[in-house]
Amino acid sequence: MIGTLRSLARNKHGLPLLVGQSRPVGPRHFRPGGVRDWFILLLPAAEGMDGFVEQPAPREEWGSLAPSIHLPLLPCLLHHPVTRGPKETEFQKTKEACLNYIQDALLQNQWQRAAEFMISYLEILETSTVSKRKTAPELLCQAIWRIGTEILLHHSKSNIEELNYFTERMKNLGVKYYLKVCLEHIFYLLCNGLIDEAYQNLTLAESWRYGEQTAAQNDELKLIQAYKGLLDYYNWSKKREAMLELDEENFTDSSEQEMHNFFRQAAVNLKEIIKIPGVWDPFVVSYVDLLEFYGDFDEAREVLTEYAYNSKFPPNPNAHAYLYHFLKRRGESKKSLVSVLKILHKTVPSHELMLEFYTMLKKSKKDKKRRLGLEVIFEVLDFAGWKENVKAWSCLAEQIKQILDNSNKHLDWVKEEWNSRKDWWPAFHFSHYLAKRNWQENEKLAYEKALLAGILLGKDCKYYKYVLHQGCKAKKKRFQTLKKFVKKHNSAYLRITACSDSSTHL
Amino acid sequence: MDEEDTRDYNEPCVQCSDVNWGLTDEGKFYCKSCHNVIERTKEVLVSDVIPNTKIQSISKGLRKRKKIDKGWEWYVCEGFQYILKKQAEALQKLGVCPRMKDEILCSFWRRYLQKSKQAYCPRPVNDTPQELVVSDSATDVDSEPERVSSFDLSSFSGSDIDVQTERSFGQISSVDKTSETMSVHSGSIDGSSYLRKRRKENVRMSMPMTLSFCYMALLWLKEPMTLSDLLRFVAEGHIPYINAFQYFPEEIKLYGLDLRIFRVESWPKYEDVHNKMLELATFLDLPRFPAITDSCFLHPDMLCIKYLMEANLPDELHSWTCRVVKKTGVGEADFLTLDAENKSARKVNYDVISVAIIIVVLKLLLLLNDQYEWVLSNFAEERNKKNKEGRLWFDFRKWYKVVKKSVDIEQKKLDEERARCLWKCEKPLFYSAKQKAVALKRRQMIQSLQRQFDALTDSPQVTEKQSPSSFQLSWDEENPDGSCFHGHSLEGFLQEKCNLHRPMNPEYWLCTVKLCNKKICGHLAHYKEGDFSKSYQFILNLFSFLLRVDVSLIHEEVCLIEHKLFSARLHKSKKKSKPKKVEIPKGPGNTG
Repeated sequence: MIGTLRSLARNKHGLPLLVGQSRPVGPRHFRPGGVRDWFILLLPAAEGMDGFVEQPAPREEWGSLAPSIHLPLLPCLLHHPVTRGPKETEFQKTKEACLNYIQDALLQNQWQRAAEFMISYLEILETSTVSKRKTAPELLCQAIWRIGTEILLHHSKSNIEELNYFTERMKNLGVKYYLKVCLEHIFYLLCNGLIDEAYQNLTLAESWRYGEQTAAQNDELKLIQAYKGLLDYYNWSKKREAMLELDEENFTDSSEQEMHNFFRQAAVNLKEIIKIPGVWDPFVVSYVDLLEFYGDFDEAREVLTEYAYNSKFPPNPNAHAYLYHFLKRRGESKKSLVSVLKILHKTVPSHELMLEFYTMLKKSKKDKKRRLGLEVIFEVLDFAGWKENVKAWSCLAEQIKQILDNSNKHLDWVKEEWNSRKDWWPAFHFSHYLAKRNWQENEKLAYEKALLAGILLGKDCKYYKYVLHQGCKAKKKRFQTLKKFVKKHNSAYLRITACSDSSTHL
Repeated sequence: MDEEDTRDYNEPCVQCSDVNWGLTDEGKFYCKSCHNVIERTKEVLVSDVIPNTKIQSISKGLRKRKKIDKGWEWYVCEGFQYILKKQAEALQKLGVCPRMKDEILCSFWRRYLQKSKQAYCPRPVNDTPQELVVSDSATDVDSEPERVSSFDLSSFSGSDIDVQTERSFGQISSVDKTSETMSVHSGSIDGSSYLRKRRKENVRMSMPMTLSFCYMALLWLKEPMTLSDLLRFVAEGHIPYINAFQYFPEEIKLYGLDLRIFRVESWPKYEDVHNKMLELATFLDLPRFPAITDSCFLHPDMLCIKYLMEANLPDELHSWTCRVVKKTGVGEADFLTLDAENKSARKVNYDVISVAIIIVVLKLLLLLNDQYEWVLSNFAEERNKKNKEGRLWFDFRKWYKVVKKSVDIEQKKLDEERARCLWKCEKPLFYSAKQKAVALKRRQMIQSLQRQFDALTDSPQVTEKQSPSSFQLSWDEENPDGSCFHGHSLEGFLQEKCNLHRPMNPEYWLCTVKLCNKKICGHLAHYKEGDFSKSYQFILNLFSFLLRVDVSLIHEEVCLIEHKLFSARLHKSKKKSKPKKVEIPKGPGNTG
């Protein structure tokens, strides 16, 4: 081996041969700066090339004359590359690196490590000159607030006191987002069940005044007030509970007065916040509760109607539900209840109130409403959440049974509904696997579904066959009647399928 | 308390028309209802003057305190003198010869002051800023000669340092009148003019310049500390540099333009400090420095040993580095010794040149073209497998793996340490007295937050200083896992012919065929990563990590050494004549 290497050594001298070209030779003819200059100079011209360059006329014979070069125009103002200017100091570079380390540590849940780097990163608040700052000081403060809170929330050695302390510092540091800090801190306190402390903080934050800054944070202030109202309501409802427990004689005037005070404070603040378009569910519910307690039903109705129907508010199914419940409590006419639920049905067809809606509709004498009832119950079962709901299934089964018993008068309704579902319901609801599972878990459910399967899919349907087989094996009388029923209405199945087939062929 | 002080002020607030006044910490009136701070301040009766302050000010000589912040009148050069003193003390603590501070550095400094006409001359430039001349006829010109005579040429050391230095620049009465107006611009007397004036022949003091002074003194004493070592000690905090102003006495107040002079927000740059040192040596008109002979630590032969050890390379390479040193002539005292007058051979980076020599030797033996060194590694690996006894052959691949691993670890550690580094000190800097309250408050806030996060981390003092060491990487020869290559032999790369050891490698590639013109280009050669082999890049990066200098600086030096080494051939090949025979005698001992 060494011999071969030796043979490579062809020169007689101690020093190896000089092979200049065996390696790329260092750049010697051009300077990096110089080259870049030219590159940048030409770049703007290159962009506008189409406009500048005179297109040479197409030549038929290429070899005859060498095409002359048309140089593009240079821009009037030559842009020189900016190499100088305020350079980033190493202080800033290291702080940036530090921030990266913190981010990595946070992503990997290394709170300890993040806290270590935080010690050094905090110095960025002392960045000397404004012009050198890349980010605005408020953003820096916010970053520190966010990161610090995150660390303190997760660090094993941290506790509520630590976080309170940190928050106080942050409030001092950034007046521009003072109320935001307050609000988040209040959420934290509420999550930890410190209602009284949260209330104190809310009161303090509400009275915070700092020149123009207070006005700039008006939105946050409104939220603070709203949450204060919510806590007032909380106190009020505690008092109410106490009052209900006690006899009326024992309930003193003073405590009633106290309760009324809570009511007043809460009502003022809650009323304010729900004027602003938004989703204010807990606030609205609390406010309505207060109003109802003191018998101001008109106001409550107005609030709820506004909340549900004002187009400026984002669509919110709960708003309709609240209105419905309120109207129901007030014993309003069925017509108004139905109209509320009708809107809810359009936005959320899978809403839990839909069964109630269906029950209301099926009692109706009008065909149109009963038709809607069938639609509602079918649509409910389109959703996975209702898949195993016995009540829904029995409603549907009952409805269809009714139609069949009623001399197939409205069979075309069923046909129409089934038409859009026949492609996917068998796999979604009536698979062999589901038959097994339903039978094991819930016999009643399996029975209702089997009935529907028998009618909608015929007696050869796997689901129907399996459940019927199991039912007969267990010698349940119910299933015998089921078998008879399905047999009896086989014609209906044929009509449904035939009709739907023809409709698909159309 | 507040009520008492604010009772008499019954004006309604401008903002909220409330009469509810309180006092801020600074004694300013503020509205308790809307937090509006107004211009009115608490009137304090200054009756409780401590008698001691008077005695102190007398003992401090004739220096008068400024009325605004009760600081001293001081000059920028005094500040630098403090820093230099602290740096010299720190260096002494690191084991540098005690002569350095009081003899060498002190005399350099005096010479500088004299040359730059700041002191030790009939009419220091400090005295004649324009503002002063305009100010008053009371400017006591006559007292100036006296001041010169009062110069105390004794050393930096001693407990009475304050008094001495003060006296040597003592502005006795001339500046009193204007001190207040000037203080708007800076805390020091000449802070504003210091930055403004830029005489070409003058060398202005700056923070990197303090290190140039230190390095020059070290060089004069031929201390075993290279510039890269010095800068590393600075970065590790063994030598005061960042926030060096915190060592100033309480009465030296920094603000305004002083911040631009004394605040440090970047690490010193190797080339910057070195160039400044050369500039300074010329400016001071220094005689030839003590010669650097082959027994000095800074001689390439010596430094190569150090860097070979640190890079975990075989000791045997040393004989080759010595040969290259001899052949290229970089070991000559004339070449190595700093001589301000001899401009041609002035710029020698002892550490970088030694590292470059090692790299050239590696290129000679291993070629480092991403092929040949791996072929040799295969041979060495096989040979080492077969012959377990005796010395192992140097296996480049194994060395690469071992060194790469630990350098990566150290690099990561270093990066983290840098990120953890605290740049600010207890004493916050503020531009003007107005910002003082804000700066102090911010400082307090940061400190309290730091304390909070510090309490969360239970690791024992992350910021604890490491004890200073000349080595960053250490390789234990006793280590059984064979990660130390010091004793490995180079047999695999050499062949013997005519009683001569010579590398088996027959070829060599030059980093650049032609050196650039430093005056035009700024560099002798240019480094672009992609142009070079991976092995070469790795070795450059390794040494760049060890010296903490830029890769291109080492690369440049490698090019230079190569050109010196092959100069004969390069010129010959131009003339198309036969290459001259270069003999390398057998055995390392003969190289001398």
